[in-house]
Amino acid sequence: MPETPAHNAVDVSDLTVSYREKPVLWDIDLEIPQGILVGIVGPNGAGKTTLIQTILGLITPLAGSARLLGQSPKKALKQVAYVPQRGTVDWDFPATALDVALMGTYGRLGWFRRPGAKERNEANEALERVGMTSFAHRQIRQLSGGQQQRVFLARALAQKAKLYLMDEPFQGIDATTEAALVELLRDLRNRGATALVVHHDLQSVKEYFDWVVLLNIRKIAAGPVEEVYTEANLKAAFGARVPLGK
Amino acid sequence: MESWFSLPGLGSVALGTALLGFLSGVLGSFAVLRKQSLLGDAISHACLPGIILAFLIFATKNPLGLMGGAMVAGAIAILAILGISRFSRVKEDASMAIVLSVFFGAGLMLLTWAQQRADSAQAGLTRFLFGQAATLMYRDAAILAFLTVVCLSLTLLFWKQLQLISFDPGFAASLGMKVKGWEVFLSLLQVVVIVAGLEAVGVVLMSALLVAPAVAARQWTNRLGQMVFLAGIFGALSGSAGALLGNLPGLRLPTGPVIVLIVTAVVLLSLVFSPLHGLLFLWSRQRRGLQTRMVLENLASMARGHGSIEHGHNLAMLQACSSNPALVKNSLKELIRLGLAREVAPGLFSPTGDGILLLESPENWQGEATP
Repeated sequence: MPETPAHNAVDVSDLTVSYREKPVLWDIDLEIPQGILVGIVGPNGAGKTTLIQTILGLITPLAGSARLLGQSPKKALKQVAYVPQRGTVDWDFPATALDVALMGTYGRLGWFRRPGAKERNEANEALERVGMTSFAHRQIRQLSGGQQQRVFLARALAQKAKLYLMDEPFQGIDATTEAALVELLRDLRNRGATALVVHHDLQSVKEYFDWVVLLNIRKIAAGPVEEVYTEANLKAAFGARVPLGK
Repeated sequence: MESWFSLPGLGSVALGTALLGFLSGVLGSFAVLRKQSLLGDAISHACLPGIILAFLIFATKNPLGLMGGAMVAGAIAILAILGISRFSRVKEDASMAIVLSVFFGAGLMLLTWAQQRADSAQAGLTRFLFGQAATLMYRDAAILAFLTVVCLSLTLLFWKQLQLISFDPGFAASLGMKVKGWEVFLSLLQVVVIVAGLEAVGVVLMSALLVAPAVAARQWTNRLGQMVFLAGIFGALSGSAGALLGNLPGLRLPTGPVIVLIVTAVVLLSLVFSPLHGLLFLWSRQRRGLQTRMVLENLASMARGHGSIEHGHNLAMLQACSSNPALVKNSLKELIRLGLAREVAPGLFSPTGDGILLLESPENWQGEATP
């Protein structure tokens, strides 16, 4: 086990976000230690994506603040990797899998430097870790959904971050990719990294994650899975219709 | 060189429009990839009132003065578009349509009014509508060369940033990039190109030179760098060809429409003939895939007739089963290459286990037999 880090991975206090007058997140406090896998779970419109984007500083909150790895989000950005939802980009863009993975190294390059041999090696290594080496030179449109998701992960790996924020990485992928992704997340955790993962499948939460955050505009519960992933909390988050087949 | 430029202006016309087309293609690529093709159209139309007002106020037809007016009007138009879509519930496409028509309407009104004035100083203002490249002097070409060098250097210098905001702005922001700022930067570069092209191409059709070369280039490559370069080449060729054709002795057509026709031809040719995305290629690939599948089906059903998939049949039998016997031999080669069929004895062919498996699960077919 790596030694216990001095700071939490994420500290959120009194966080409120609203679009126009409609509150999307309401007065959220959150303390997430380093070195664990955290599932963020809640119904549609619960503010899961908004929570991740606000933590990253992409959305300005109405009130409250977030700290990442003990620093302000701006200072911590170099140690944070963001994996947006796959559907938010146009996969027709003229780029290969390697081009996309290479983007993960841009944060280290500053304003003017171009990626060189070192960065290409790092991108290729990242592609290898997600099993995409043989597709490195494929145009990204010609990849399956699961392969596209792997390319996004490779880009995040190339960032060599300590904290990973992933928005629905399991959405619309095949079983093989899902298994590989879980394996990868565990490997990251064993190296001391932290991952916050927006997740939809309530069945697999207990198997995949150490912690869970139950969200429905307000924070319903957050903590170790075995303590807070209870029927009562799920009912509180999802209302009466809990889609958990027991 | 002196002798080339001392031809009756044709040298500077060809050079000027080539530079303009190159720059348009390069910057238009990013506009197309960011799905902002219409923005250029709105900006260029919005420049008209700026040009006429600059003429009326300063009583000059000095190109730099008029360009200054166009630049100011274009910038106001961008701010208006961004402002309307940000502070009201009007979506961006609607706010672009509003700004385009209001500014262009005002421009036409001012132009008509200027033309009704007694003096003849206004003569030639109408060339800003549809463009007249014949008026490009050597000095104009030099200005365009300067702008090309500046804009191209900025594009290359900030390549990473432009690529990121075009592909994945959310990820770009997560790296700490000021996405809005870079978007404004890219828009400003586009305004510069548009304003530079107004005299030669005209406000009405300038956006075609921005968008069409990029669309054509996208058909031929899957790499951003190649696309941008190719769009520049297509733009340069269309621009200079249009300017020269329009100014053939005895023709003197407005340049804008001629360029649009040429660049549209380039787009059509690319859409049909490109080996990557071309309609012709896709169509023949689909046909080949279907043909290959039919040959495999025939092999399998004939083998089953003998109770064993190992049972081989010769080429003539397969051709007899096919509606298009000439293609059977190639399809068979393709099947063997993909490991879906094999030669069990000299001249006799049978499906493999993989081939049978593929026939049983048609959803796997497309990716396999159409490499």
